Amino acid sequence: MSELPAVGLLWRSRKIPLAWLLLTRQPVRLAVALAGISFAGILMFMQLGFRDGLFDASVTIHKLFDADLVLISPRTISSISMSGFPRRRLVQALGDPEVKGITPVNWNFLLWRNPQNKSTRSILAIGFEPNDPLFLDPSLKAKAQLLTQRDRVLFDELSRDEFGPVATWFREGRTVESEVGGKRVRVAGLVGLGPSFGADGNLITSRETFLRLLPDTPAGSIELGLIRLSPGADPAVVQQRLRNQLPKDVTVFTKKEFEESEKDYWRSSTAIGFIFTLGAGMGFVVGCVIVYQILYSDVSDHLPEYATLMAMGYPLTALLGVVGREGLLLAMLGYLPAYGVGQGLYALVRSATKLPVEMNSTRALVVFSMILVMCMGSAAMAMRRLADADPAEIF
Amino acid sequence: MAALPSNGNGTEQGDGNGNGASSPPGAVAPMVDLQELCHWYGEGEMRRQVLQRVDLRIHPGEVVLLTGPSGCGKTTLLTLVGGLRQVQQGRVTVMGKALEGSSRRRRQQLRRHIGMIFQGHNLLRCLTAEQNVQMGSDLLPGLSYRARRDQAREWLRAVGLGDHLGKLPHDLSGGQKQRVAIARALAAHPKLLLADEPTAALDSRSGREVVDLLKRLAREQSCAVLMVTHDPRILDVADRLVEMEDGRLRVAPPLLATS
Ligand SMILES: Nc1ncnc2c1ncn2[C@@H]1O[C@H](COP(=O)(O)OP(=O)(O)OP(=O)(O)O)[C@@H](O)[C@H]1O
Ligand SMILES: [Mg+2]
Repeated sequence: MSELPAVGLLWRSRKIPLAWLLLTRQPVRLAVALAGISFAGILMFMQLGFRDGLFDASVTIHKLFDADLVLISPRTISSISMSGFPRRRLVQALGDPEVKGITPVNWNFLLWRNPQNKSTRSILAIGFEPNDPLFLDPSLKAKAQLLTQRDRVLFDELSRDEFGPVATWFREGRTVESEVGGKRVRVAGLVGLGPSFGADGNLITSRETFLRLLPDTPAGSIELGLIRLSPGADPAVVQQRLRNQLPKDVTVFTKKEFEESEKDYWRSSTAIGFIFTLGAGMGFVVGCVIVYQILYSDVSDHLPEYATLMAMGYPLTALLGVVGREGLLLAMLGYLPAYGVGQGLYALVRSATKLPVEMNSTRALVVFSMILVMCMGSAAMAMRRLADADPAEIF
Repeated sequence: MAALPSNGNGTEQGDGNGNGASSPPGAVAPMVDLQELCHWYGEGEMRRQVLQRVDLRIHPGEVVLLTGPSGCGKTTLLTLVGGLRQVQQGRVTVMGKALEGSSRRRRQQLRRHIGMIFQGHNLLRCLTAEQNVQMGSDLLPGLSYRARRDQAREWLRAVGLGDHLGKLPHDLSGGQKQRVAIARALAAHPKLLLADEPTAALDSRSGREVVDLLKRLAREQSCAVLMVTHDPRILDVADRLVEMEDGRLRVAPPLLATS
């Protein structure tokens, strides 16, 4: 204890842990309180998780690209309508000493004919030079060679079922052909990308095939330019340099900014953020009501005992401290199960919906703060009841 | 009872509230000094006087019993002495400190040195006997947790409950609970003990035991006692008996001894 005198002194001068005993000696009430707090916490975890997960789902494809910086047209506001810009700009970027490689990408929507029932549906087509790097995942590299033949596509096996049993048929060894934009294409292989907000399904093809399927695309125009930097280069610095060098007909984003701009589009153009934040707010309010009820009745039930303590010479602040500590304990005890169950439910949601819902430290902290505010706020309200503890009335 | 926690009797009585003037020169300063104390309840039309010019002086170590018919103002007197109510008129000096016009905080400070035993035991239901008593000794400054706990145990042994340390009030009999309450009151080393009908909820035998115990322990701590009681069988423990009627004190005939 000599090396930690302050802790030793605190330990020596500790008192009966009244708040803890008040809570634990009434196990039923404690269980109800914890169930309420945990429920509120789980609700907040789920709502905020869904919200963030849905926004994350809007950049499923964006995340896959092997790029440090990207070029897009300033007229592009979201992935559902990408505008084109001159491919020359991307080649110009190659002049920067720290730019190691570039990949021009075409990006547009096409009508895909379901090979089974012949219904058509909009699918996202991504075109690139089969020898260029496209995705971070190296497994695409081998499959890309299949695209050197004309009118071949790689089909996203995670696309929604409405596009037809393409993946199943393909794995069965059948030749899967479909009509895209009025032209016949053959599925040369499968990739796993995943649907996003804007696109229910995806296919990858060579730029040559892409331009055949979409003959209206102006020659030398691309929708997306991927830029890879040499190791150790600071993307922000190169980004600034490119901004100064390139004409204003392109926007230079870091990959992160590219994802954020897409998320921002969905945030501002849909009510998703509002709805789920509201849901989390409901959880907060429900939790507040429960904790307040519990603490208020706890204080009321023990009013004569609090008055006795005041008669013994305990100051009012000591009693306020007891109620405050009860709130703090409830917050901590209630948060743990909420965190655990939240983790479990996230795993369940991930496996059931393919939505990228994951626990992250920010959300864990946000929910804990909400629970803390909920419990301490309720404790502060319940403290007002202590004003009714009159030591003169207990004789 | 040699092992009883010692009463840190370094008292600072009569620390200059100008009250020393009222006691005769050379005499020990009284523990409690009431002069012309009046008290009213209610407002306006309903205002009713319950204490009428009460004069009372209790000396250190003295055991004073207060009796009188129901509603005559005994409890009111006790709450005023204990600093639980604001003094309205007259002078109340406890341990040399004038209580008239004193702040909440000063009265709360003073209460640390006054033990109180209530008609109901008023133990904390969620604490064991030992923890209840320690709520009293926790008020003592400068002692380690262990020392305060050991004192609490000593007190419980002193009131004969050494075997019931870990029991909740729920599992104790009425007399046992009242003895825990006595231990709790004494654990804070009070110089003054106020008790309001401590035997009311007890049968005559355990009532007698509790009062004897109270008196003996108070004696050992040289602690003054002001006890309200209706119980005629325990009047003999008093050094002095004071009777109250309609808010006035009159010194009882049998044990007359006041200045
Ligand atoms: N808080 C209060 N407000 C108004 N009147 C009160 C209050 N407390 C007591 N009284 C009244 O003041 C009078 C004296 O009350 P007190 O409690 O001091 O009597 P007591 O002598 O202790 O009686 P008992 O022996 O029944 O306990 C009673 O008439 C009572 O009704
Ligand atoms: Mg009374």
